[in-house]
Amino acid sequence: MRSMYAIYRKEIGHYFVSPVAYIVVALFIFLTAYFFTLYLTDAILQAYQAPPDFDAPSWILRLFLGLIALVVLFFIPMVTMGLFAEERKRGTIELLMTSPIREVDIVLGKFFASLTMFIAMLLPTAIFLAVVWFHSDPVPPFRMILAGYLGVLLFGGCLLALGLFLSSLTENQIVAAALTFGAFLILWALDFGSRGSGPTAQVVSYLSVINHFEDFTRGIIDTSGLIYYVSFIVFFLFLAVRSLDSMRWRRA
Amino acid sequence: MIEVQDLTKTYGQVTAVDHVSFSVNEGEILGFLGPNGAGKTTTMRILTGYMPATSGTARVAGFDVFQDSMQVRSHIGYLPEAPPVYPDMTVASYLDFVLRIKNVPSDKRRARIDDALEKTKISDKRNELIKRLSRGYKQRVGLAQALVHDPLVIILDEPTVGLDPKQIIEVRNLIKALAGTHTIILSTHILPEVSMTCDRVVIINKGKIVAVDTPQNLTTQLKGGQKIHIDTQAPENPLKDLLKGIPGANRVELSPARSDGHITATIETASGRDIRSQIASGIVQKGWPLYELRGMNMSLEDIFLELTTDDAAHATPSN
Repeated sequence: MRSMYAIYRKEIGHYFVSPVAYIVVALFIFLTAYFFTLYLTDAILQAYQAPPDFDAPSWILRLFLGLIALVVLFFIPMVTMGLFAEERKRGTIELLMTSPIREVDIVLGKFFASLTMFIAMLLPTAIFLAVVWFHSDPVPPFRMILAGYLGVLLFGGCLLALGLFLSSLTENQIVAAALTFGAFLILWALDFGSRGSGPTAQVVSYLSVINHFEDFTRGIIDTSGLIYYVSFIVFFLFLAVRSLDSMRWRRA
Repeated sequence: MIEVQDLTKTYGQVTAVDHVSFSVNEGEILGFLGPNGAGKTTTMRILTGYMPATSGTARVAGFDVFQDSMQVRSHIGYLPEAPPVYPDMTVASYLDFVLRIKNVPSDKRRARIDDALEKTKISDKRNELIKRLSRGYKQRVGLAQALVHDPLVIILDEPTVGLDPKQIIEVRNLIKALAGTHTIILSTHILPEVSMTCDRVVIINKGKIVAVDTPQNLTTQLKGGQKIHIDTQAPENPLKDLLKGIPGANRVELSPARSDGHITATIETASGRDIRSQIASGIVQKGWPLYELRGMNMSLEDIFLELTTDDAAHATPSN
């Protein structure tokens, strides 16, 4: 636990001492703010033309959460690519692996640090939602916002865990980022394969990262989605631990 | 303190370390000497718990490096070939991080950092970012990292690489000062380093141990034997027969005659015999001119080359 915190502390320092965190957060805010403004004006225009027979605030909220998920897809590889690749490249992995600290503590410390970084990216978007919250009538149900953010967090957590694992496979950060991005796209694309009704389509649909996410944006905390995300995260963190362990055996 | 038994490490077809056995006593400095790729780093990595051996056992401070890896790792300080530093940390925060992952309680950390900075003479760089330090200072930060938690055993992989001559001397003195309270293994391919710092030397080549002894013994063992270099003008075969006929001449190597008729030879003698006068009178009696006759003590380099090169490569005498 203490060594896990040591790793966590070091990674947080790494994110926020280097300009990486600030660039990532700034770009993320810029992009999400841009799209949020587009959606908002769109909703307002629609409301003027025809009396809103639809729940505009909830509509904006759902669109916006979906957008965050999409933008996150592009940003997470930047957050996770260095986690292990950089340690391997610098040789600092030798310090970690010869210290009395378990692989699982290294992996968890790094995972929670990247999750903290992700939360730091998300926090400013709460300002946009506050705008919707204070100026809409009727206000969207608060549990919808909470469920939506929980969804974003779980969805992002999956991508972080996957990116963390892929980063442990190489000492090249660019390769790690490319692998992570490619793997995300494939998981996303599973959604298209899930159109249909056969048993295969149902399995594929369950496996798609984005499908479960949509429930959360509707304000539904679905147990099956929760289990899916948590087991996804645990699975890839486990793989990362195994990958670190196997590094000892195959290192030449 | 360290017991290594039949340690073997293979990577696929390649055997990097081949049935290596040695032991290091408490407070001793053991030098690990060998050409690049001899298996020094691999052996050290096994000892530090970085990677497992294919077969054989190694015990550090009574703990098996594979079975009780965590105990071994908390008793070891390790400086790999490249100092494992994080460029965007300051020296002090880096050492603090190292102490944290070595499970040193927080009330002791401050004093340990001060001590390590003092020993490696980098107290003035305490709050400097590591990326702004020169190669020599980075190496010293790496060294500070290896001793900051006051481990029983310190393992240093080529600790003086990349340092300037003054820094090399400082690091050697530091290593000598650490012995006694710490048990140290250091690897190097620089020979004077071994004779200056180590109590005992393990010479390793192609994964096998070729000699274990004190530097003094290794030198005197072959110093008794001398090398004699001569330069004369003589027909090749009669000269060879003459030299070989002198009692005490162990090995005779002739270089091919040059166009002006000069021929040089190197004669290795058995220990304790000086045959220079016999060589001189023998050549003069034959009526050959003798241009040069010079005795050369075998240095640690010669021993090293003797032990680590094949006979084919040995044909060119070293001087």
